[in-house]
Amino acid sequence: MTDSKAPDSESTELETFRNETRAWLEANCPPEMRKPAASDADVFWGGRNAKFSSEPQRVWFERMRDKGWTVPDWPKEFGGGGLSAAEHKVLRSEMAKIGARPPLSSFGIWMLGPALLKYGNEAQKKEHLPKIAAGLIRWCQGYSEPNAGSDLASLQTRAESDGDDFVITGQKIWTSYANYADWIFCLVRTDPAAKKHDGISFILFDMTSKGVSTKPILLISGYSPFCETFFDNVRVPKSHVVGTVNRGWDVAKYLLQHERAMISGMGERGVGRPLGQIAADSVGTDAQGKLDDAMLRGQIASFDVDEAALAACAERAVDLAKAGQAHPAFSSAMKYYGTELNKRRYEILMSAGGVDALEWESERSRQGARPRAWLRTKANSIEGGTTEVMLGIVAKRILDLPGA
Amino acid sequence: MALVLTEEQSMLRDSARGLISDKAPVSHLRHLRDSKDPTGFSKELWQSFAEMGFAGLLVPEEFGGSGLGCVEAGVVMEEIGRTLMPSPFLATSVVAASALTHGGNAAQKSEHLPKISNGSLLATLAVDEGAKHRPLQTNLQAVRAGNGFKLSGAKALVVDGHVADLFIVAARTAGAAGEREGLTLFLVNPAAKGVAVERTIMVDAHNAARIEFNNVEVNADSVLGEVDQGASLLDGMLDIGRGAVASEMVGLSEEVFGRTVEYLKQRKQFGKLIGEFQALQHRAAELYVDIEITRAAVMKAMQALDADVAKAASAVAVAKARAGTTATRAVQEGVQMHGGMGMTDQFDIGFFMKRARVCEELFGDANYHAEQLARARGY
Repeated sequence: MTDSKAPDSESTELETFRNETRAWLEANCPPEMRKPAASDADVFWGGRNAKFSSEPQRVWFERMRDKGWTVPDWPKEFGGGGLSAAEHKVLRSEMAKIGARPPLSSFGIWMLGPALLKYGNEAQKKEHLPKIAAGLIRWCQGYSEPNAGSDLASLQTRAESDGDDFVITGQKIWTSYANYADWIFCLVRTDPAAKKHDGISFILFDMTSKGVSTKPILLISGYSPFCETFFDNVRVPKSHVVGTVNRGWDVAKYLLQHERAMISGMGERGVGRPLGQIAADSVGTDAQGKLDDAMLRGQIASFDVDEAALAACAERAVDLAKAGQAHPAFSSAMKYYGTELNKRRYEILMSAGGVDALEWESERSRQGARPRAWLRTKANSIEGGTTEVMLGIVAKRILDLPGA
Repeated sequence: MALVLTEEQSMLRDSARGLISDKAPVSHLRHLRDSKDPTGFSKELWQSFAEMGFAGLLVPEEFGGSGLGCVEAGVVMEEIGRTLMPSPFLATSVVAASALTHGGNAAQKSEHLPKISNGSLLATLAVDEGAKHRPLQTNLQAVRAGNGFKLSGAKALVVDGHVADLFIVAARTAGAAGEREGLTLFLVNPAAKGVAVERTIMVDAHNAARIEFNNVEVNADSVLGEVDQGASLLDGMLDIGRGAVASEMVGLSEEVFGRTVEYLKQRKQFGKLIGEFQALQHRAAELYVDIEITRAAVMKAMQALDADVAKAASAVAVAKARAGTTATRAVQEGVQMHGGMGMTDQFDIGFFMKRARVCEELFGDANYHAEQLARARGY
């Protein structure tokens, strides 16, 4: 090969970065933060009313924030780490190696941030991005409505023009953590006369605004991660629209790609004990050390094959994007597969846990953590676009099959 | 390393695709089958492969090869999979060349590798004995006799067995079937006394043979690697072969899928293109995702083999298991979605189904490899 010089010198720089990163993580990531969060209460979401559940959680968050590594690949001017895609990949793999958990979980990071970076104006970026990076403002997503689920573009929440403001009235549903959120990014109908995709705007506002109220929805898991959110003549300055008025669907679709990538990531887990060993704890093993349930063992092995393959595909998706060869609808493919795989994982965990996985309230079962998590995964293939919608997108946009 | 092809690898793919699609479309295989071709592949085309540097692709440059890696071998295998071209590439250039490169002594390398590179020597691995791939169950006996050994036993599914100039035979010099210790690899001349080769015409019309060894005498120089310690070398060459077959299955799957999607866009029933029906759209979309995920897993395995053959076993197991399941699904959907046409011999789809079945069996099926992964992960 003739031009082997360039990749070599690049990899030397990356190698240096890897070594420095490893050393820094080793010195700065508290041991308590090197295992998965035990429960949702153990996840730090930031926001005006945020509380740390432990001292190590605070230390870990603040150290990462100060390096810009709550959002490693965002520009430094907005509180990010300014890392290249390759450096970001190195950081992720080094964090995965020691099991370091994310210092900050946030819809601002996963969803709104990327959309603002692409569609926001300078003032909006300066106002919102640094607060997301620093965990100061917690965001929620106002997309679905009672009559606009899979057919999201038929949403009816209306925003009427009144001078420099829009006045917003309507109802959202499945708004994740709306009752804890400080601000909302919201899809509203600004032109009821236009075709359904053409009259939507993407707008930001404070959840403490007059006329906003939320009501948690009790789910089959016994948790209430979602809310109904009501808007009664909420007044929002027009300057809070992201992108062009009536072109909000472009922003919404772009953001959905990030949301789908995030949800599909739930299916891959590099860290932690292999599923087969978790199963062996409750099921037991035979004389050869094999899981004492041949059919379950086979299911787990086949799951492991698919999980490892999906992880390779997720890695490849990033590399393809970097090389400019990614199909824009590929996140739908990943979302479909990742969520179905995660459901499979929890079906296996329930089967492996047997009776022990059925307890709902005991201390022993950590308040039924496993069955509640199992039930929670059933939403994975619904939220952010159902499996059926994802397959339809793949069929039409990637395979170019005919039909509406 | 990024899981995308480099510019050089893309160029290699383009030149392999150019040659193969031009000289060996599926009609080439059909012709070999229908004419009951005694060789089972085109010698002329094999010479072109050698001239383009493909025959010695994995052979180090000092032995006349191209000195490339498994990723590149996978690129060529994928193109072979697209047209189902029968070729000595897998048995000779991938499996045997790897075995000689990794395990051969100086004399063995300089004798055989240059001939592999220039296309004049065909070599193959003889490992399977029973109905299923179980390399550790090897029971072909190699008993010390004088300065050498005597080999007795039988092998099956020896790719290119009836045309090979050199066999690499997995034999047992110690221990019992099932044990890692006591396996030895031998280089055996097919013309040696006591060797009986039966060409087996297979469902996919690709070359295979059953071989009997009846007190076949080989000298001590015929040992490839170390006596009794052949398991690691065998694992390595098998893993490279598995990665190559998985690559072939990715090419095969993608081709059969592409043909099927095209058919969905042309065939009309009930006054509509059948590709408008959601039942078929969703199945096609699922298959597309399956193929993309498998492609990534296979690429990951080929990179792992290039990084360190000895540490690639799990990645290879994932790749071969996924490739088998995916190809099986792809050919079944291919036949089903082509309807009655898919059942006809005149239509090419059936050739893909037949080849996929053989590839699935070759070097261990999906169940075998899932089992290997479970063992590696300790459950």
